[in-house]
Parts: sequence; C-alpha cells; structure tokens
Amino acid sequence: MTTFTVINFTLLTILTVTALVIARLRALYEAAMLTALSSLVTASLFVLMDAVDVAFTEAAVGVGISTVLLLGVLALTRSREAVTPRHRHLPAIAVTALTGGLLVYAAQDLPAFGSADSPVQRHPVTEVYLHQSQKEIGVPNTVTAVLASYRALDTLGELVVVFAAGTAVLLLLGPLTHGKRRQNLDLMEYKVLRVVSSLLMPFVLVFALYVLFHGDFGPGGGFQAGVIFATGFVLHGLVFGLDKSQRVLPPAALGSLVPLGLGLFVGLGVVTMLLGGSFLDYGTLLPTGGPAAQHLGILTVEVAIGITVAAVMTSIFFAFAGRRPTR
Amino acid sequence: MIANLPVLQVLIPLGCAPLCVLLRRRSLAWLVFLMAALGSLACAAVLARQVAAHGPLHYAVGGWAPPYGIEFVVAGYNTPVLLVVSGAAVAAAVYSLGSVRTEIDDRRAPLLYTFLCLTLGGLLGLTVTGDVFNAFVFLEISSLSTYAMVALGPRRRALPAAFRYLVIGTVGATFVLIGIGLAYAVTGTLNMADLAARLAAADSDRALYAAAVFVFVGLAVKAAVFPLHAWLPGAYGEAPSTVSTFLAATSTKVALYVLCRLTFTVFGAGLVFGTMPVGRIGLLAGGLAAVAASAVACFQTDLKYLLAWSSIAQIGYILAGISLGTAAGVSAAYLHLINHAVIKASLFAAAGLVLVRLGSVQLSALAGLGRRMPWTFAAIVIAGLGLVGVPPTAGFAGKWALASALIEAGQWPVLVAMLVSSLLALGYIGRIVETAWFREPASVAEPSGAPASMTAVVWVLVAVSVVFGLDAALPASLAESAAEALLNGGG
Repeated sequence: MTTFTVINFTLLTILTVTALVIARLRALYEAAMLTALSSLVTASLFVLMDAVDVAFTEAAVGVGISTVLLLGVLALTRSREAVTPRHRHLPAIAVTALTGGLLVYAAQDLPAFGSADSPVQRHPVTEVYLHQSQKEIGVPNTVTAVLASYRALDTLGELVVVFAAGTAVLLLLGPLTHGKRRQNLDLMEYKVLRVVSSLLMPFVLVFALYVLFHGDFGPGGGFQAGVIFATGFVLHGLVFGLDKSQRVLPPAALGSLVPLGLGLFVGLGVVTMLLGGSFLDYGTLLPTGGPAAQHLGILTVEVAIGITVAAVMTSIFFAFAGRRPTR
Repeated sequence: MIANLPVLQVLIPLGCAPLCVLLRRRSLAWLVFLMAALGSLACAAVLARQVAAHGPLHYAVGGWAPPYGIEFVVAGYNTPVLLVVSGAAVAAAVYSLGSVRTEIDDRRAPLLYTFLCLTLGGLLGLTVTGDVFNAFVFLEISSLSTYAMVALGPRRRALPAAFRYLVIGTVGATFVLIGIGLAYAVTGTLNMADLAARLAAADSDRALYAAAVFVFVGLAVKAAVFPLHAWLPGAYGEAPSTVSTFLAATSTKVALYVLCRLTFTVFGAGLVFGTMPVGRIGLLAGGLAAVAASAVACFQTDLKYLLAWSSIAQIGYILAGISLGTAAGVSAAYLHLINHAVIKASLFAAAGLVLVRLGSVQLSALAGLGRRMPWTFAAIVIAGLGLVGVPPTAGFAGKWALASALIEAGQWPVLVAMLVSSLLALGYIGRIVETAWFREPASVAEPSGAPASMTAVVWVLVAVSVVFGLDAALPASLAESAAEALLNGGG
C-alpha cells in the first residue's frame, strides 16, 4: 500500500464520518461548521487528483463563502433542527440505499482509479485539450483553455446560474421585500479584529486580482477571484458593520454590477458574431486571430465572471446580514 | 446572422435577462420580455422552415468543431418543442400585462420578468443543445429560475411549495448529473452524437445501465412522471397566474423531450427498450398516472390544483406514447404534447382570469360563474372538453392517435387506463360545470373587470385548441417529422 492510497483512504474516511455526523447533528451551528470541514477534505481530495482549479474553487466557495452564508441564515432562523418523526426517515433511507447500491453496481465497470488506458484518456478530446490547445490557444493552464474557450458556453451558463441565484435572493430577501431592518451590528470594539482586518483587506483584494489575471497560467480564474473579492467585503461588513460596508459599496451599485458582468460576457459573444464568426469565437477578435485573440477573449470572459460573481456573493451576504431575525 | 439562428434562439432571452434587471421599470421590463419572446418565436419559426426544407442544422459554438466544443442541433425532433416553448412565452408575455399588475408590486415585477427571460432561455437551450453537459447547465438555469418564480406566488403557501420543488428538483438534477458523469467515464465524450457512437461500442455494461437509470430517473422527476410528481401540484397551484400558464405549457414538456432525445439518439432504442425494461416501466407509470392523478383531481377544491393534477395525468399519456418506442407512439406523444400545452395553458390562463375577477379560485367561489361571467365560463368549458378528449377538440386528435398506437402495439391495459382516465376527466370537468352553472353564487357582488390582455390570451389559446382539433395538419406534420427524426437517428 502506497502513501498515496493511505492518504486517500484517510481523507475519504474523514469525509464519510463528517457526512454521517452532519446528518445526525441537530445543532445547526455545529453542522454548518462541519460542512466547512467536509468541503476542506473534498478540496484536499481534488488536490490529490491534480485537479487544483477545482480544489481552489471548492476551498474558496465551500469553506469560505458558503459557510459564512449558512451562518448568516442561522442568525435569521432557529439554530436547532426540528425533530422529524422516525417514520418519515424511511423513504429517505430507502432512496439513499438504492442510490448508493446503484453507484456501487456501476463502479464495478468503471476504469481503475488513475488508469492511463481509460476511455477518457484514449478519446481524441483529451489529446486536443492537453496538447493541441497549447498551439491553438497558448494558455499554459489547460483548464482555463477548456472552460473559457472550448466550452465557453457552459461557463456562460454557470454564470447565468450564479446570476439567477443572486437575483432570487434579492427578490425574496433583499431590500425590495420591505422587511424589517436589523439594527447595525459590528465588532468595532475589538481592537485586534479591527486592526488585523484593516491590514488584511488590501491583501485580500490584491490576491483576488492576482487570481483573476493569473488564471491563464496557474490555478484560478474569474469564479475564484470573484469569491475572494466578496470574502474581502464580507470581512469588512462583519467587522465594521453593514452600514459602513454599504457606504463603500452602495446596494444600488452592486445591483448594477450583477447584470453588468453577465452583459459583458453575452456582449462579447455578440461582438464575435458581428465580426463574422460564430458565438464566442474569439479568433475573430483580432485580425491576426490565433492565440493573441484567444487571450483577449479569455481575459474579457474572466473579468466578466469576476464582476458578476463578486457582486452576487456580496449582495447575498448583504441581504442576509441586513434582515432582522424572525424566530 | 441567419447562420447564427440556432444560438440566437437561446441568446435573445438570456441576454434580455440582465437588461430587465438594469431597467428597473415594470413597463420597460415587460417590453423587454415581450421582445425576447417574439424574437425567439421568430427564430423558432424560421428554423422550423429551414429544417423542413433542408434537413437538420448543426452549429458549433465558439467555432470549435464537436466533440471538442459544444454543438447546437436543430432537427425535426426539436422544432415542435421550440415552437411550443416560444409560443407559450409570447402568450405569457401578453397575459402578464394584465395579470402581473394584480399580483406583484412595482419593485419586484422587473425581477419576475428577469426570471421569465431566464426560464425561457434555459428551456430553449435545453431543447437545442447537442451536448449532455451543456443540457445539464441549461436544466439548472431553467429550474433555478422556476423555483424563484413559484416563490413569488400571492399566497404564503407559495414559499413551502417553492422550497419543496427546489429540494425535489435538485435531487432530480443531481441524478441527471451522476448519469452524465458515468456516461462520460465509459466514453470520454459529452457530445450526444459522439456518445451514441461510443456507447454502442462500449463494453462496460453495468456502468452504462446505471448511467441510463440515473438520467431517466432524474428526468422523470423534472417531468413529474408518476410517482415522482410530488412537487407539481403545489408549484403550479401556488405560482403567480402568468407563471403557471407558462410552466404548464412548457417545463414538463421540455423534460419529456429530453427524455425522448436521450432515449432514441444517445442511449439507443435497442438498449432502452430491448435490454433494459424502461419501456414496460414507462407504460406502467403512464397508465397509473392517467388513472390515479385523474382520480385525485376529482377531489380537489381549488381550480389551479385540480388543473395541476390533471397535468400529471396528461403527462402519463405522453409518457405512455414515448414508451411504446414505435413511430406511431412517439408521433402520438408529440401530438398530445403540443395539444396539451395549448389546452392546459388556456385553462390556467382562464383560472388566472377568474382569480383576478373573483379574488379566489376555490371551486366554491365559482358558484354561479356561468351566469356572472358567461364568456370566461365558456372558455373553461371548451378547453375542458379538450382535456376530456371530446371531438372535434385538439384533445381528441391527440388521444385518438395515442389510442391507435396503443392498439397497434397490443397494449390493452394501458388503453383501458386511458379510457378510465378520460371518464374521470369528464368527472372533474363536470364538477366545475356543475358548480359554475347550477349553484347559486354566495355573494352578489359584481365581479371586477377583466384586463383585455388576459381575456385576449385566453380566447386565442382556446381558438388555437379548437383549430388544432378541426384541422390537425400542422401539429400532426410536426409530430410525424419529429418521430421520423428520432427513430431514424436523424440529427
């Protein structure tokens, strides 16, 4: 048994135990913290599979922003789960067992873990993505090449999903609902928190920009950068209070940034069509075509993603933090 | 730009969504949604003509040839769905002018139009895409927007209904994703045509069966196939009237189309109907849905819930047609899909009209409707007869085609289930008529005036359903070319 196998086994065991504990816990604050742990373990597993981009996203979203948002929800509602009658668990257990059984059944035919001779490895798509993309797109990080160019439409679709989620929260919980506002809460009297977070803010924002613009060369890109940008504002809002944060980033401005990023992405596609190519064909952006035009397209797309994701995550946090609890 | 039509079809509504948020005015957002709906209907009409004349169209998004990039395919099997979805969107857009004003305040109305644009774009994208993962992305877009729209319903019960729909729908979507992942693991591709070629050659049977099971169960949840329909009555019953009108005509229909597309052009009829018992399970579920859901509909006290239960029964008919796996069955399923979309949209639109004028859609509130609002009552009766399948309505044409397909395949028990279900439909429509015509109204207050836009949409939809019944040439030719394209693997 190699070290690699041991690490994998250990991490998967921790993941399973965490999931079981989350399912059993009725104290929801603790459960929310454990979901962060399970995301962290999942991110580690992704790193072991050399999927660093996915690991980065999982760490930023799963451990960072979604835990904060879960805690934000719990601040609005009760933090203990109501008791579900035992008989209502049975259908859920049956569905879970069936799903698990089917997955185990399917796994018997799946290629061995890490096999170099799996259908995925043998398919010409893999060859094109890994090698030919270097000539066609010239971006060292092939994940960025696939997400932002070969399958850019999927990325646009995911951005629309983020946009829809953000708009849904604004619609149901946001400033439009005339709900009662919570009085301003902050942690200003804690000097250490205040000083440390002030010191951290510029680094968080610069790191977000680095992740955004360096996505072509290393792990990262618009999604991760947007989330990191948002965590900066979440930190600011937690420490200095919502009012101060909203003076820095007025809700009206945020409300315009959310559709702006999506509009930029769609607009880029319209431009490529007007230039005579097909939708999102970056090759048409420059007369020379080739990698330079691809770089331009990818960079625009990453910026568009960054704007919408950052604005959506921040406005979801503002929407949760701005409401008074109704227990 | 003509070459870009397959992508414009999806892009127009998706691009209009952020515009609705930015404009922030009810009337402007409404105009944007109307333009998006008209634009996609125009695209769908031109595409349908082109496909009929020159055969299937393929569009490589980003200029990357499939399977390296994502491909859109417009062929005989999806043009009817494109026409139904974008036509329903135009109806919903006109209807919303009068309806949304009575249900949603000025500040939130633009966001409702945003979600209508997103749902329209998502459903159209799901219909034209030729890539399984891309299909999942569009499924997510349309589902997420639908959950948000249901939550906007006028009653407080809309919130639990939307939450229930969100939880069940997310489980369904996850199943679809697991199935897609397994299919990718055994083939290495996500393009539908490429998948079909490689799945036929793949020797990983167990993973392949599991992939099919996950995808079919997930789509069955999205299509509200009995017994996975639990989300539908609440979602349709509580949503704002415009939303239930639009969704009743489109969302489950698109899921059923995707089911057809994956069955015949990806997994292959040989695997699905030969090796796996999907056809028999589909016939069983369809027959049970037709009887059980119609029976439940007879006991509803709320008009919108009654119509929602009747939808579950009608989905059973369509599923039974698909599950036969024959050209006649699939063609009948498409015909019923088109006709039922029109009929059910007109009934939900009429229910919304009743809600505006009487302030309630409880059956008890309908007492005396026949004399107080004779025209609305007439619309409900004509569309209701279509639901039962009385000639010469559109419902009859679809049911007749389905019955002949069932007889041809020798599926007598399902045919009996269909007949019983039609009798039950006569029962629940009869109950509405009985209350509306013979009971004395509880109050003598004059019903408030009907917005012209809503009345117009109800009558146009009713008229279309009658025209499709008298002269079924257009829907029948669309349905036949769809079955032809699916069964000959065209595309």
